[in-house]
Amino acid sequence: MAKIAECGSSPITPDKRLSGKVRAAGLCKWYYPTSQPPVHVLEDCSFEIEPGRLTVLMGVSGCGKSTLACILGGYLRPDAGTLTIDGRPIEGASPDRIMVFQETALWHWMTVLDNVLFGPLALSSMTKAEAKAKAIALLTKFGLLDFKDKYPGQLSGGMKRRVELAQAVINSPALMILDEPFRGLDVMTRELMQEYYLKLFEETRLTTLFITSDLEEAIFLADRVLVLSGTPAKIVNAFEVDLPYPRTFEVLISERYLAIKENLMRALYGQGTPEAVVLG
Amino acid sequence: MSRINWRGAASVAGFVLLWELLVRFGGGRFEGIPTLAEVLRAFGDKYLTNAQYWQSWIVSFERVGYGFVASQLLGIPLGLLLGTRKIFHEVVYPVVELLRPIPPLAWVPLSILFWPTTELSIIFITFIGPFFIIVINVHDGVRNIRKEHLWLARSLGARPRYIFRRIILPSLIPSIAVGMTLGIAVTWNVVIAAEMIASDVGLGRLTWEGYVSHTATTVIVGMISIGLAGYLSTLAVAYAEKKLMPWRK
Repeated sequence: MAKIAECGSSPITPDKRLSGKVRAAGLCKWYYPTSQPPVHVLEDCSFEIEPGRLTVLMGVSGCGKSTLACILGGYLRPDAGTLTIDGRPIEGASPDRIMVFQETALWHWMTVLDNVLFGPLALSSMTKAEAKAKAIALLTKFGLLDFKDKYPGQLSGGMKRRVELAQAVINSPALMILDEPFRGLDVMTRELMQEYYLKLFEETRLTTLFITSDLEEAIFLADRVLVLSGTPAKIVNAFEVDLPYPRTFEVLISERYLAIKENLMRALYGQGTPEAVVLG
Repeated sequence: MSRINWRGAASVAGFVLLWELLVRFGGGRFEGIPTLAEVLRAFGDKYLTNAQYWQSWIVSFERVGYGFVASQLLGIPLGLLLGTRKIFHEVVYPVVELLRPIPPLAWVPLSILFWPTTELSIIFITFIGPFFIIVINVHDGVRNIRKEHLWLARSLGARPRYIFRRIILPSLIPSIAVGMTLGIAVTWNVVIAAEMIASDVGLGRLTWEGYVSHTATTVIVGMISIGLAGYLSTLAVAYAEKKLMPWRK
């Protein structure tokens, strides 16, 4: 199989580059907490995610970003609306989509290697030896080879994130969903992870939805920014971010960056008036 | 080599000294109580080479072993079913909640009436003690499994059986460990009391016989033996837990 042959040079198979096209139309979601009034989270939420691009979903915290991510992951069902990936309806969790959760979801009873190996073994998509070779190649690429026999509890926050990225890409999903993955990391690690992640994306062009409430992070990473806002929330705006690749932190002082930032702030906070900040 | 805890050693020595002083100068109430030296002498003379004494150890350990192992073998699957099967939970859980508050020793009379031999009834009571503890712990453990752990497995293509084996079971090991630690302590409590009430052998019986025959040294030899037996069992459980959870360092 072609997949295996590529293991040697690039551990991430690029054969799904042009898949992962998501269309969402009219998504609506209510929560019904026990003994509390129902909460209307999403209403008429429509957007597209284009294949091979890094789309950032922005919104103030608590506005429904994670809910939308869980719907895309197939963990929650919308109450109304249609949602497809590459033309197929999303009806549950499936290996064509993977989510990196806000809080690490690594299985703490498995070693780093076993965490990464889980995907191919669960899918039986390759033999154990092939899966192991691929996992080792990925861990080497992610600078984690020396830690393959450690348990997640023995790793730093940034390392855990890299293990999760390796775990996520090993099955070559069509769509990666990252739900505020770098929140809670210290500033230095966070910047390193952003740069690191961007390199990974530039190399693989894996269709990605990156969720964040951090404006700088959004612009630094994005090809395109979707703005989720309102209660109930919907996508109120979409921006193209035409900063050149490869990106380094120098783009953060370019004039183009500042112009994009201003636009985005207007969209987020409505004309930049302070009252509107109380959204979430 | 680990360093000796001098404060701890001094505290134990202080306790023995206090014991000695109270027996010698404490007057009235302490008169019937032997000193540690007397207990040790009695142990050397009467029990160290006494086959019957060591038989008591074996009998008590067997009862603890059977009751404890049976409680885990039945309790863990029951807890799993209660935690994972909604209808099973709705039907069976109320019965568990109804029986759970009954102290194990309250089962003694019924147990003696029901089981054909005393031995079986003691083992049954020993089983009841840790049984509900492990059921509740496993049940809570299932409910506390992080949903992200299950979601991630599904998104990586795992089918339900594979998820059960590689995610659900290992997630429960800490809950099972807590259930076992609490359970083994209760098991010894129960077996000693049951032996005092219903048996003619075992460490509990030995202690009780010391009381009946007004031999205080025997009572204390029995108490120390029981403490030691409980401690050894706890060590064994702790060792098993360490082996089951290599990720906890």
